[in-house]
Amino acid sequence: MKRFIGFITKEFYHIFRDRRSLFILFGMPIVQILLFGFAITNEINNVDIAILDHSKDATTKEIINKISASKYFSIKQLIEREDDIEAVFKKGKVKAVLNFEKDFSKNLVKDHKATVQIITDATDPNTANTISNYVSSILQKYQQEQNKAITINYIIVPQPRMVYNPELKSVYMFVPGVMTIILMLVSAMMTSISITREKELGTMEILLVSPIKPFQVIIGKVFPYIFLSIINAIVIVLLSIFIFKMPVQGSLFLLGLESVLFIISALALGILISTISATQQTAMMISLMGLMLPVILLSGFIFPISSMPLPLQIISNAIPAKWFIIILKGIMLKGVGLQFIWKETLILLGMTVFFIGLSVKKYKIRLE
Amino acid sequence: MLPIIFVLPLLQLVILSNAATFEVKNIKFAYIDNDRSSSSRALIEKFEASTYFNVLSNFPSEALASSAMLKGEVDVVLEIPSHFERNLQKEKRANLGITINAIDGAAAGVENVYVTQIIQSYNKHIKTDLMQISDAQIKPVNIDTIPLFWYNETLNYKTYMVPGILVLLVTMITLFLAGMNIVREKEIGTLEQINVTPIKKSQFIIGKLFPFWIIGMGLLTIGLLLARLIFDVPMVGSLLLMYGYTSIYILVILGMGLFISNFTDTQQQAMFIAWFFMVIFILMSGLFTPIESMPEWAQILTEFNPIKYFVEVMRMVMLKGSGLMDILPQLIKTIVYALIMNGLAVWSYKKTS
Amino acid sequence: MNNTNVIQAEGLTKMFGDFTAVNAITFEVKKGEIFGFLGANGAGKTTAIKMLIGISNPTSGQAHVAGFDVSTQAEDIKKNIGYMSQKFALYDDLTVKENITFFGGIYGLTKIKIKEKTKELIEDLGLEEVANQLVGSLPLGWKQKISFSVALLHEPKIVFLDEPTGGVDPITRRQFWEMIYRASHQGTTIFVTTHYMDEAEYCDRVSIMVNGKIEALDTPKELKKQFQVDSMNDVFLKLARG
Repeated sequence: MKRFIGFITKEFYHIFRDRRSLFILFGMPIVQILLFGFAITNEINNVDIAILDHSKDATTKEIINKISASKYFSIKQLIEREDDIEAVFKKGKVKAVLNFEKDFSKNLVKDHKATVQIITDATDPNTANTISNYVSSILQKYQQEQNKAITINYIIVPQPRMVYNPELKSVYMFVPGVMTIILMLVSAMMTSISITREKELGTMEILLVSPIKPFQVIIGKVFPYIFLSIINAIVIVLLSIFIFKMPVQGSLFLLGLESVLFIISALALGILISTISATQQTAMMISLMGLMLPVILLSGFIFPISSMPLPLQIISNAIPAKWFIIILKGIMLKGVGLQFIWKETLILLGMTVFFIGLSVKKYKIRLE
Repeated sequence: MLPIIFVLPLLQLVILSNAATFEVKNIKFAYIDNDRSSSSRALIEKFEASTYFNVLSNFPSEALASSAMLKGEVDVVLEIPSHFERNLQKEKRANLGITINAIDGAAAGVENVYVTQIIQSYNKHIKTDLMQISDAQIKPVNIDTIPLFWYNETLNYKTYMVPGILVLLVTMITLFLAGMNIVREKEIGTLEQINVTPIKKSQFIIGKLFPFWIIGMGLLTIGLLLARLIFDVPMVGSLLLMYGYTSIYILVILGMGLFISNFTDTQQQAMFIAWFFMVIFILMSGLFTPIESMPEWAQILTEFNPIKYFVEVMRMVMLKGSGLMDILPQLIKTIVYALIMNGLAVWSYKKTS
Repeated sequence: MNNTNVIQAEGLTKMFGDFTAVNAITFEVKKGEIFGFLGANGAGKTTAIKMLIGISNPTSGQAHVAGFDVSTQAEDIKKNIGYMSQKFALYDDLTVKENITFFGGIYGLTKIKIKEKTKELIEDLGLEEVANQLVGSLPLGWKQKISFSVALLHEPKIVFLDEPTGGVDPITRRQFWEMIYRASHQGTTIFVTTHYMDEAEYCDRVSIMVNGKIEALDTPKELKKQFQVDSMNDVFLKLARG
């Protein structure tokens, strides 16, 4: 035990002497949460659009006014010819062009029908689709106002209720994801690099020749990172509660336990990576490409898993982060207890045991 | 190391382009039918017919439905109240309860739009069914909106993401390799040896960074080929322009890598700092979420983000065929960025050694 | 087993695939002796050392170190030996004192013992002024001396030195050998690999390894006589070309 404490002390020296890494270790979650909370959003706001008005009459003017009054759009420029649309899009700022046909007002009065094209720059299909929908709904509202005289019978009134996140804040969605990534980063990537560092510097050999047992070396190396990870998790939860007023509905105790479970599984992955890589550079590349990116993209953190092609949906099941995010969302936002997330917890537990087993086996082989 | 440099990122390109989608599909949909009338059944059939919804089951009670939502088994629950049909016929008005899991706010918004669209079309359908001819004497005005989606008529999300992810890979690999490489020499001690040789510092730096420049261009080439062959992403604009811009852009990234390596002592540190800035740059690049959606201050910050320019240029040139004049603002800013970054890098290199 | 032999190897062999790195070497090292384990780069010295210190399993043959079998009692061996590698591996981001405390700790020394040893070591090496400095800021020669002292911290029976004097100046090398002599006088057995042939002259006995085999083993004096040359350097050249 005494040896062990000495070992951990030394590990903390490594961590605290390296001010720059330490700064980033604690700065990263804060910056990420703030960015996601304040800057990153999918909502459409103030999109630049252009108008190509072939009629220039009272009706089109009214419609254009309605559109520019909306918070979604700002009218960037008026263009005169169809040919200009292409040029405007190629510059990249303007995302949509409204093209009113000739004699818009006249047609509306005479034929009860007039046409407007909503041309969107669909290189970003999502934004294009949303813009298209928003413009249509503004036009529809205008149309309804014009038709007020005619009573419309038989209406079904949908009463949507947004549960767990009534204001549709994107930070609710991102907090669990950021927490997962940070824990993964600190636990898996930092440990794998810190272990390979000893290999590269030759100190690992010295440790192996000493009477300290290999598993003690490994546990001593990962222990400080458990500690750092937990502090990070606490910082993230506090930030989301106090800055973004995001409630933690469920039990904090359960949240803590589940986080520790995830941290351990990430540490096991880190150890596994360190056993297969000889240099820090390799360890870093594998952690980054093999762990971080899949965690960001296949865990449901940013992109909904249910929209992915089937093979990727299947692969996503093998990513511990996916299950941890489900658990986090459950506890933090839905306020559920273990009875609702025992399945996910069990899967995570199984993976953790598997990774530990695998890394122990690999580690032994390396010593032969 | 070489297989990691090339194979892993390209594997990522293939996987991630498929994964990175904000499309909302396969919505897990359940309903509670308290009315069990022909009208309620007709409405449910509408949902069953939609390709967006996976209609799961009929829940006998609200309690069961909300428990299923807690477990994450359903995303959207439609509750049809009893007397739905009677209210519709008698009072010409009926309510519908819709509960949406809104943890993913953006997806919830889209789901709401889909649900509303289906209900509206059902509305129209019963209107024509039940409306008497006498009601329709005054003809309503009708504005016909025709949506046109240029450059990506099928709204294929991959067309949009592939160029973006290609940017990500070229940037990450070159930045990390360049940054780590020099710190590695420092750590092992070979840098000292080189510093005592008659080689000029600028020669040394160019010699060090040139291979990574080549690797970056190589990654671009392979990535463009894959985009073409696997994802069928068009290359509308000029390849020459693409390569020209990229060759300058990589200089920015290499300068950044060198700069980071000058201020760090260990590879772990260098990697960490590079990763830190990388994450911020990626999130603020417009790669995943539109820059226009950001608040004003954040949009100003993105002006200092080289990745933003590369993402813009890549998408503009590949998908829209923008020419040199169109990307001139980005190109100029990138050149300025390259000059400043490399200037700083060389300056700090001289200072530290 | 002879009590005065602290290392005894018989037909010790290590193969990596088809390649025989160490080919059936047999030798013994007596208690208190300075044993030079010579050979060119790649001759198999490091592989042989790794088997003796218990971090690499022999493919065949056997060896006893401090009375324990390398294949089955590696843990017991570890308690009785000290080891210093080519990289003089100390932690650069720890101070001299912290390094000593750490290595003392993993060898299970008590706190009081560590304090005592730290004081002794710092005085011996004249490190008072730099004791609280990071090891990374010290010159190579100092690191090497500290590294050797750290390897002796737990008073091992045998200390293995793998090319301990690589890359340092002749004066430091000279001082380093004085430290080795002192340790040897106190009864520690020294097993040292080197490719500096002048250092071979300082050893009690030397073995010369060529392509995984021990080609010669005796006192430097006898070897010079046997090969009819004036220096160990010439002995080595004759063998290597031979």
